[in-house]
Amino acid sequence: MAKIGIKVKVNGVERAAEVEPRLLLVHFLRENLRLTGTHIGCDTSHCGACTVVLDGKAIKSCTIFAVQANGREILTVEGLEQDGKLHALQEGFFQEHGLQCGYCTPGMLMTGYAFLKSNSNPTEGEIRHAISGNLCRCTGYVNIVKAYQNAAAKLRGGGA
Amino acid sequence: MTPKTPAEIGGMGHSVKRKEDPRFIRGQGTYVDDIVLPDMLYLDIVRSPYAHATIKSIDTSKALAIPGVLAVITGKDLAQYNLHWMPTLMSDTQMVLPVDKVMYQAQEVAAVLATERYIAADGADAVEVDYDPLPVVVDPKKALLPDAPVLRTDKPDKKDNHIWHWEWGDRAATDQAFKEAEVTVKEDIYIPRIHVSSIETCGCVASFDKVKGKLTVWMTTQAPHAIRTVFALVAGHVGLAEHKIQIISPDIGGGFGGKVPVYPGYVIAVAASVLTGKPVKWIEDRMENIQADSFARDYHITAELAGKKDGQLTALRIKTIADHGYTDAAANPSKFPAGLFHICTGSYDLKAAHVEVDGVYTNKPPGGIAYRCSFRVTEAVHAIERMADLMAHEIGMDPAEFRIKNFIKPEQFPYKSALGWEYDSGDYAGALHKAMEKIGYAELKKEQAEKRKRGELMGIGISSFTEIVGAGPSKHFDILGLKMFDSAEIRIHPTGKAIARFGTKSQGQGHETTYAQIIAEELGIPVDDIAVEEGDTDTAPYGLGTYASRSTPTAGAAGAVAARKIRDKAKKIAAYLLEAHEDDLEWEPGKFFVKGSPDRAKTIQEISLAAYTNHPQGMEAGLEAVSYYDPPNLTYPFGSYICVVDIDKGTGEVKVRRFVAVDDCGNIINPMIVEGQIHGGLTMGLGPSLYEEIQYDESGNILQGSFMNYLLPTAVETPNWETDKTCTPSPHHPLGAKGVGESATVGAPAAIVNAVVDALWHLGVRHIDIPITPPKVWKLLRENGVTE
Repeated sequence: MAKIGIKVKVNGVERAAEVEPRLLLVHFLRENLRLTGTHIGCDTSHCGACTVVLDGKAIKSCTIFAVQANGREILTVEGLEQDGKLHALQEGFFQEHGLQCGYCTPGMLMTGYAFLKSNSNPTEGEIRHAISGNLCRCTGYVNIVKAYQNAAAKLRGGGA
Repeated sequence: MTPKTPAEIGGMGHSVKRKEDPRFIRGQGTYVDDIVLPDMLYLDIVRSPYAHATIKSIDTSKALAIPGVLAVITGKDLAQYNLHWMPTLMSDTQMVLPVDKVMYQAQEVAAVLATERYIAADGADAVEVDYDPLPVVVDPKKALLPDAPVLRTDKPDKKDNHIWHWEWGDRAATDQAFKEAEVTVKEDIYIPRIHVSSIETCGCVASFDKVKGKLTVWMTTQAPHAIRTVFALVAGHVGLAEHKIQIISPDIGGGFGGKVPVYPGYVIAVAASVLTGKPVKWIEDRMENIQADSFARDYHITAELAGKKDGQLTALRIKTIADHGYTDAAANPSKFPAGLFHICTGSYDLKAAHVEVDGVYTNKPPGGIAYRCSFRVTEAVHAIERMADLMAHEIGMDPAEFRIKNFIKPEQFPYKSALGWEYDSGDYAGALHKAMEKIGYAELKKEQAEKRKRGELMGIGISSFTEIVGAGPSKHFDILGLKMFDSAEIRIHPTGKAIARFGTKSQGQGHETTYAQIIAEELGIPVDDIAVEEGDTDTAPYGLGTYASRSTPTAGAAGAVAARKIRDKAKKIAAYLLEAHEDDLEWEPGKFFVKGSPDRAKTIQEISLAAYTNHPQGMEAGLEAVSYYDPPNLTYPFGSYICVVDIDKGTGEVKVRRFVAVDDCGNIINPMIVEGQIHGGLTMGLGPSLYEEIQYDESGNILQGSFMNYLLPTAVETPNWETDKTCTPSPHHPLGAKGVGESATVGAPAAIVNAVVDALWHLGVRHIDIPITPPKVWKLLRENGVTE
């Protein structure tokens, strides 16, 4: 299958590649760039394990082709930590026990990254709706909600 | 429980933050699909569109013409090596790839090996299979009719679809009790087929080194050692020996029982790697995972409860048809074809009970795994808790009062149940009282009465469950003959740091943290100084793995016992260093000191160094120990859950307004982790109660084969769980602990159903099978005259 050249900025780094037009963004990230923090949990855009931030919006990278990301900017879980300092959401998940098996966690973090930028002081209900496209089988969501609240408070206070 | 160690040491009772988390929150976990090896090939599987059909031919030519497709593997290829069938854990047989017919929709038919993931999928699409459909048997009750087609034609002597009959208890005494009963209730309870759907699916990377003759398999398994032995036994005739098989269970994205069985995909990947000498990756997608991997439940239960008019229960009788699909590939201890279903007398002091289960073949995927519960315990708890509620309502007694009247009393422990179990400890009324107080039971009853006058539908449901976890004592428990002990090996380094390896395998439970806390508790070494490893059969001691809430009861106990062996040796070294008699030494977390002279002390770190640099003559150097712990009994965690629901009369939707869970798992290692486990368990109890079910149409087509229609609870449907605890230590566990990972999944559904039935009882509703979907409730409301 003929390949197409794309240029994508991933976690602040320009990446160029020749990819098949059918290559999903999640496979481009995981297999071409070896950024395996972004996970795959379903085939139908329901589980959100593959969530990344594309031009500031949380999207499911299993439902977009790599070529559609051409010329755009992507943030994955690997790009959250800056200069050795965890992002407030990463710290929040650690403090509030917001993860168990860790498989849905990167998706939850990236959904939260975009969400807290648009809503810095969310209610519990708003958080629950924000993560309703991210499935978790381990935590029952209680501590994920707390992790978001923990991070939101830190970010409002001028944290990372 | 007040912690015995200071926070710097972080032993039992401290909410130590998890050691696992730093890698997971950075996206640096290593799950099986993250593993890439040089020259790795990819496997994709062709699956059957039919539930029952003869395979007339498989045309691989178009697939093989695709550049990058290297091979198409069929049942006939595997048959040359006698690998086309494999044994199941329950001593039945399962196809790896079929030679002549398929038995369920989505069954593996052929496998395509290619250089790239997408090309393997292209190849699978291009394989052309010609089928001749056969009559399909979906309903297990119809499967038992004399004119039903016999499904297992591979078994020459098989003349019907009945797999086994199993019964337990005293039939005569039970029948007599029913004859003498003043009140009886009877109900058909169907617990539908569901699927664990861990967010990570199953898969493996198999890598056979032709020069060394060694097979390494990274795979999503909850029981790596048992898998190694199974591979050696199944493939010994083609040259795989156990010393040259290494199973590595990397980070696992949730298991819940679904990663216990050996699926055909693993075996095909191993065969492909052995034949090609190259690493082979097989990762199933979500639809394959739901449609073909082991299901849970699927029990058609008829339960009867007998008692007196004053509410005293006397006997329980249960008959069940268990739909196992086309083979019995359940993951139960070998001697228990229906698992521990005979825990079904629950929390109640019943004098007589009898339970029967009949396993049946149908044209559905095999399985019968646990779905986050210890071997069929959810089925048992659901039956008894539904029946207890039914009886209480029937005689007009408050369900809480009714339960308290019938509970096994604290002074009756250890308690021998009518079905032969010896319950270790419990205070059932204590947990129920606490739950009632926390939720405000009396006020809720008043509110309900007022709402009922106004025609509003509100229900309060209780579930007071008893679990049975930690299989188990080797006298009764084995899997394929392998006794269900578990193990720990601890090595203390000269600098006082430690590495410990266990025979279990965490899938999110946090063993790297909790096992370290057990060792910290016993040796006083700070939890940060202890590394815990699991999942690599080349390094970890042999164990049966993590499922059925067995890790703390078995491997956790082994950790404590091994640590105590080390402490015994450390005491001898301390006596030598302090020039004191051993009997004159006392222990406090982290050091031995001379009685009455706390200044004359040696820390565990000083002792560790001495073990390698200045150990007593005549004593072996080093400081390490191994324990293979065979538990004397199972542990019996319990709890009382109370659920409040409101029902929308217009839509039939059930809204869980509040849910209070009071759990008792004995002494707690890490309260934060235990609470997290309960949150998760409750949510996996909510799912099957209201949303999750796998159904088949008459042709055997699966109706909920993806996340489009197999509905997992999201954060929106999930209530804010309210948890609390009581603490009744296990008398036989070295740490007084009990398993807890599954209690909530076991106990929650009955509380939810009991609440819904309670809301609708006055309309004449007596039972609703899970999942309680809006259409089901809407229909019931309309049938019972509620038209609003």
